[in-house]
Amino acid sequence: MTQVNRIEGGQIDRSNTLKFQWNERWLSGHPGDTLASALLANGVKLVGRSFKYHRPRGIFSAGSEEPNALVQLRKGAAQEPNTRATTVELFDGLYATSQNHRGSLEWDLMAANDLLAPFLSAGFYYKTFMWPKAFWEKLYEPFIRSSAGLGRLSGRPDPDIYDHGYLHCDLLIIGAGPAGLAAALAAGRAGARVILADEDFCMGGRLNSESYDVDGQSGANWAALAVTELHAMENVRCMTRTTVYGSYDHGIYGALERKADHLATSEGKPRQVLWRIYSQRALLTAGATERSIAFGNNDRPGVMLAGAVRTFVNRFGVAPGREVAILTNNEDGLRTAADLKAKGVQIRGVIDTRKGETIVDTTGRKALKSVTLNNGRKISADCLAVSGGWSPNVHLTCHHRGRPTWREDIAAFVPGGDLPPGMTVAGAAAGHLTLAATLADGHESGARISAELGHANAPGDTPSAEDEPFETTAFWHVKESKRRAWVDLQNDVTTKDVKQSHQEGFRSVEHLKRYTTLGMATDQGKTANILGLSIMAEASGKTIPETGTTIFRPPYNPVAIGAFAGRARGKDFRYFRLTPSHKWAEENGADFVETGMWLRAQWFKKPGEKGWRDSVDREAAQTRKSVGICDVTTLGKIDIQGRDAAAFLNRIYSNPFLKLPVGKVRYGLMLREDGIAYDDGTTARLSETHFVMTTTTANAVTVFRNMEFVRQCLWPDLDVHLISTTDGWAQFAVAGPNSRPLLQKVVDDLDLSNDAFPFMACTECTVFGGTPARLFRISFSGELAYEIAVPTRFGDSMIRGLMAAGEEFEVVPYGTEALGVMRIEKGHAAGNELNGQTSAQNLGLGGMVSKKKDAIGSKLSERDEMNRDDDLRLVGFRPKDRAALLTAGAHFLRRGDPEDMAHDQGWMTSVAYSPELGHSVGLGFLKRGSERIGETIRAYSPVRNQDILVEVCSPHHIDPEGERQRG
Amino acid sequence: MIIDHPLLGPRDAAEFVVKGDASLIGRPDGMTASPEDMHDYMYLRDNTAGEHRELWYHEQGDRSWLVVTRNTLTHEVTKVELARDVARAQGRSR
Repeated sequence: MTQVNRIEGGQIDRSNTLKFQWNERWLSGHPGDTLASALLANGVKLVGRSFKYHRPRGIFSAGSEEPNALVQLRKGAAQEPNTRATTVELFDGLYATSQNHRGSLEWDLMAANDLLAPFLSAGFYYKTFMWPKAFWEKLYEPFIRSSAGLGRLSGRPDPDIYDHGYLHCDLLIIGAGPAGLAAALAAGRAGARVILADEDFCMGGRLNSESYDVDGQSGANWAALAVTELHAMENVRCMTRTTVYGSYDHGIYGALERKADHLATSEGKPRQVLWRIYSQRALLTAGATERSIAFGNNDRPGVMLAGAVRTFVNRFGVAPGREVAILTNNEDGLRTAADLKAKGVQIRGVIDTRKGETIVDTTGRKALKSVTLNNGRKISADCLAVSGGWSPNVHLTCHHRGRPTWREDIAAFVPGGDLPPGMTVAGAAAGHLTLAATLADGHESGARISAELGHANAPGDTPSAEDEPFETTAFWHVKESKRRAWVDLQNDVTTKDVKQSHQEGFRSVEHLKRYTTLGMATDQGKTANILGLSIMAEASGKTIPETGTTIFRPPYNPVAIGAFAGRARGKDFRYFRLTPSHKWAEENGADFVETGMWLRAQWFKKPGEKGWRDSVDREAAQTRKSVGICDVTTLGKIDIQGRDAAAFLNRIYSNPFLKLPVGKVRYGLMLREDGIAYDDGTTARLSETHFVMTTTTANAVTVFRNMEFVRQCLWPDLDVHLISTTDGWAQFAVAGPNSRPLLQKVVDDLDLSNDAFPFMACTECTVFGGTPARLFRISFSGELAYEIAVPTRFGDSMIRGLMAAGEEFEVVPYGTEALGVMRIEKGHAAGNELNGQTSAQNLGLGGMVSKKKDAIGSKLSERDEMNRDDDLRLVGFRPKDRAALLTAGAHFLRRGDPEDMAHDQGWMTSVAYSPELGHSVGLGFLKRGSERIGETIRAYSPVRNQDILVEVCSPHHIDPEGERQRG
Repeated sequence: MIIDHPLLGPRDAAEFVVKGDASLIGRPDGMTASPEDMHDYMYLRDNTAGEHRELWYHEQGDRSWLVVTRNTLTHEVTKVELARDVARAQGRSR
């Protein structure tokens, strides 16, 4: 098929031919074409089916406001639904298909919906799918779901890369039409740092679409020269294919740059970049959008906005039809006729509503055939150019809740007075709908803003153009039309729906929008909203400004979720850190697990081990039998120094810290200010003025934040300073009866005997002949145990050195699972118990909250409800049938009680298989638990389908007296 | 949003963590306060439509706690102070 509708002129490169596929047919176009212009050049009129009624639809506009021509682009994983053919740049090999039809585009089975239209009016969901109730899940919802949406996602991961970027400028100019170019020239010459952004691939805006002259040459030429001059300025950045989609606080704008959408492949480079632009000032020169007129059957393929017809003819060298009729309420109609005549396109008639003429109906199922006037005359036409006037693109002016104001003379909303701070509006966006006024306004605004920002070079002359006449008389819809007249083409909202919304009481614009879905499609009603408002205003006997507008919110045009996600996908969704022994752990068969922001070894699999339990049981058993080593670097570490460090800690921890001797470690419990247990850990005193604190891995960041709050905001004159040293020290737990002889081989000149270095001792020392280290005798496992820290850069050699030193003791590395097993056996609380709902009393740590001092949370922890005798207490559990495995999350019930919340006695928080005891052990909260040791109760878990008997016991399943850790 | 840090100049709000009402600086002394005073400090806040003083923490920066005066209706930031200075001005010391 040849390009039957290609005519002379236009900004396309005819020396090159691009081949592309439309619904599996090969067609051709030229560089400079959009998919829409190329389809029209090839005589393709029917491009899609409408959302609700599956009406045949064609190309309606020539820009991003397009409601109809939504197509599916590319195939396979890169398939992208709902792209606007009017903004898709043609490239060689482009593959596009139409969407929203069952069967072919020409014979859509769902077109039956159009016959059911009387039953599918506004609100039909709410009325139709009400009863019988049982039908909802089985029938209605699946039906609605399968009908919903237009295009289809591939269902596969997006193969493209999206990036985020940051830019700074004095002046951001949004839109590179006549006003934007004039402003950029003035500001650029004056010396301001300017970013000029336009969503089109070719700057110039309407200058490329109209036949006007600027400075004595064609508008398109003038625009090209202006862009050349701007490109040469080092202080100006010109961004094409870039949509500024949102205005945010303090001069920050969001913009989406389509880097590779116009290429067959992005070749590993980012497809789109989401920019955050920081601006001193912003100038909105986003132009205006033409709107339609509602008359009977105004949705047929071939009915098009008049401005779009001129764009196709002037910019793309394409005639949208052979016989064109024009319907207008303003001067644009005549201009369209003149432009078409100049290109030799036949004009069948200009119907000017200001003369009392209008169109009541049209014919042509898959393409327009004729239009019928209100005087009964029928005109044959395959294209109808409609102009209902122009609406300034005020969207970004409303993103901070600014309200546009109505201007009667142009029958349009213009930006109101309450713009986002720093924003100015110029050109057509400000309501200047003639070229000379637009150029002058843009030039003057650019020059003035630059001067206000202190850039005083000469801005040059105002570009000159003839000021064409512009006169419009509001005309929204044809009242005498008996046929359905479309208001919102994309969501299939008709004038009847708007009237019905009024009749049924949904009269506020916000209700109208939600009841009829007017303006809620991907085009956000750019060509439709004002029509709907005017009809609502008329029905309620109000003016349009009294009726008001809905609120415009970002984004101005759709932005793909992938662009917002940027590189934060898959394993890069969130950054993670590696422990100092990570490489060594990888070499030794570790499985890793995410804990907080870290990847930690979960267990180290040995050859022959069948499942994770084999590895974990072996690690825990061998640690208790001889010695094991675990990387505990991930625990938060905070270095605390100053003359008031002890006093400071005494207010952070609920238990006393003032008198902790130098060379000793103490377990500390932190409360939140509301009295709930927050975090726990150990703090070592290295000198009178120097402490080292550990926090849980999960709370490392927030504990430090809260301590800074206490330091700076509550007691600002305490002499104390904090540094987070979590990443600074590699720390290893060495646990088990042979931990002492192992470490004795490692440390330099340090006596580790029980007398010289008892339980809870700490010291600075050196290891392996001079490497600085810190040694703490603390135990999470309940065994004789130490934690040894070296500067992180020695972490890898430290784990290798420790393992070598431990070879004679058959030392094992253990992961987080064995760590968990041993702490449950020992009865230490962890995240499952410190879950933000439990008090010190619940944890059995009530005695740690000192009443003799003021610490964070101590006052509110005294509240009666937190100190009830019959409250939950942390106790241990073991299954009555020792072969059974306990289930975390199970609830406790007295034997014989019904399974309901009224009889709930608490719940199991942590469980593990204890290789030492040979059966499952658990921790949990039980009402009055500490008084019920020895009782047998039910552990009931309907979720896991378990109902077993368990014995209440001490939480310290092993070594309750703590002899091992003190030995 | 941009916060004009008194020491570091204008910084993106993304570098900060917000805590809430700056009245949290006014913590009563736990040894002398009544439980009611502590309750009010902990739980009662004014829900201001307009100028609001709130605590922001420069976590991705110099770790200063700041008191930011922000209009909750417009997000306009009219004043940024070091929380330590505010606390001292309120008589807080050690």
